[in-house]
Amino acid sequence: MVTVTTVDTLQEAAASSAGQAVFLGGGTLVMRSVNYGELSVPQIVRLRSVAALRSIRADGTRIVIGAAATMGDILRSSEVSFLHPVARQIGGPAIRNMATVGGNIFAPHPYGDFAVALLALDAKLRLSDGSETDLESLLAARDNEKRLVESVSIARPAGDDFRFRKVSRVKPKGVSVMSLAAWLPRSAGRISGARIAFGAMAPTPVRVRAAEAALEGATLDENGIAGALAAATQGLTPPDDGLASGWYRSQVAPVHLKRLLLGEGSRT
Amino acid sequence: MTKKPVQFRLNGSPAAVFVDEGQNLLDLLRRGVGDLSPKYGCGQGTCGSCTVIIDGEPRLSCLTLAETVEGQQVETTNGLADGPDLHALQEAFMENFAAQCGYCTPGMLMAAKALLDRTPRPSREEIVEAISGNICRCTGYEPIIDAILAASGQPTRRTG
Repeated sequence: MVTVTTVDTLQEAAASSAGQAVFLGGGTLVMRSVNYGELSVPQIVRLRSVAALRSIRADGTRIVIGAAATMGDILRSSEVSFLHPVARQIGGPAIRNMATVGGNIFAPHPYGDFAVALLALDAKLRLSDGSETDLESLLAARDNEKRLVESVSIARPAGDDFRFRKVSRVKPKGVSVMSLAAWLPRSAGRISGARIAFGAMAPTPVRVRAAEAALEGATLDENGIAGALAAATQGLTPPDDGLASGWYRSQVAPVHLKRLLLGEGSRT
Repeated sequence: MTKKPVQFRLNGSPAAVFVDEGQNLLDLLRRGVGDLSPKYGCGQGTCGSCTVIIDGEPRLSCLTLAETVEGQQVETTNGLADGPDLHALQEAFMENFAAQCGYCTPGMLMAAKALLDRTPRPSREEIVEAISGNICRCTGYEPIIDAILAASGQPTRRTG
């Protein structure tokens, strides 16, 4: 038996969810659990209106996205056109009109492709208690997080500095074998401060710091990225699931990272 | 179990019903209102057979909490025909053999209607994208794509 509580503010919702309730965002994860009788606790809390949490706006050199913005909202916003190839890879049109940016951050493996892009773009989160945290920290302790996400601030990448790639077995829509995102700021042709993120290669989206370090000062060509490819899976123990074994994921990750970095075989 | 009152518009007509807590929109439409046109397929957002249009956007009724449609406009396949006159998409699906077992058809029709409402003459690529969340295990999709092309007054593989 499920109960549903409707509240007016994110703070009230957080107070409920910190107790026992599950927060309902777009419904694509929570309602599936309801339908299958798999909801972790039989209480749902939701907001009466999410209109105030759907905005997408520029904020200096960064962009702030409301947690309730849907993948459809992302696709309709010219402010985040660099994220359109990412949002387009999330489900079909109906799912995209429901699935939210905030929800994607909490999507369990192998979902959460959008969060991979956010992680590469140095995402910082504003939470329901007014505090801020970086996405990487939240993901590391995601299962115990009781606060709710209000908005996500990301870097605005220049030119083609941002890349995303989703690897799946079913076209045009399928679940990720893995997803990859890279933010590659360059100065005089050399990479400085690269961020590389993988999805479906660990229980949550993760950065690969060894690969990022190997790209520091490198040029974006076969020789320049060789060190990053060698370090592509350093520190990762990819999971086995029905889509791929962890061994397979480890073997093909450098191949897809190379394609991502050099723009080869891009389907976006 | 507590019942909650919900008012919305279903295919242009007002609907006022009581929903169970946690009830999804598909269940409300089928059992609560008696509109059997949207189908239950997977219950997890994979198949698209429960697709309806809410406030002009295609959504999955099985993943929509019923009480959230308060004040919204819901469209289902039941609302497509005007008396004996079928909707252009229904005619085109019939003429182009776009339905075999028919289970995916209501979802396909609503996904296609949502596309044509915004893009009256879509490209083949736009059609493929629009129905990419809807699974059909019978037709191989090509007759469905043809039907949507035909409904939008464009040549198909057979006529083109």
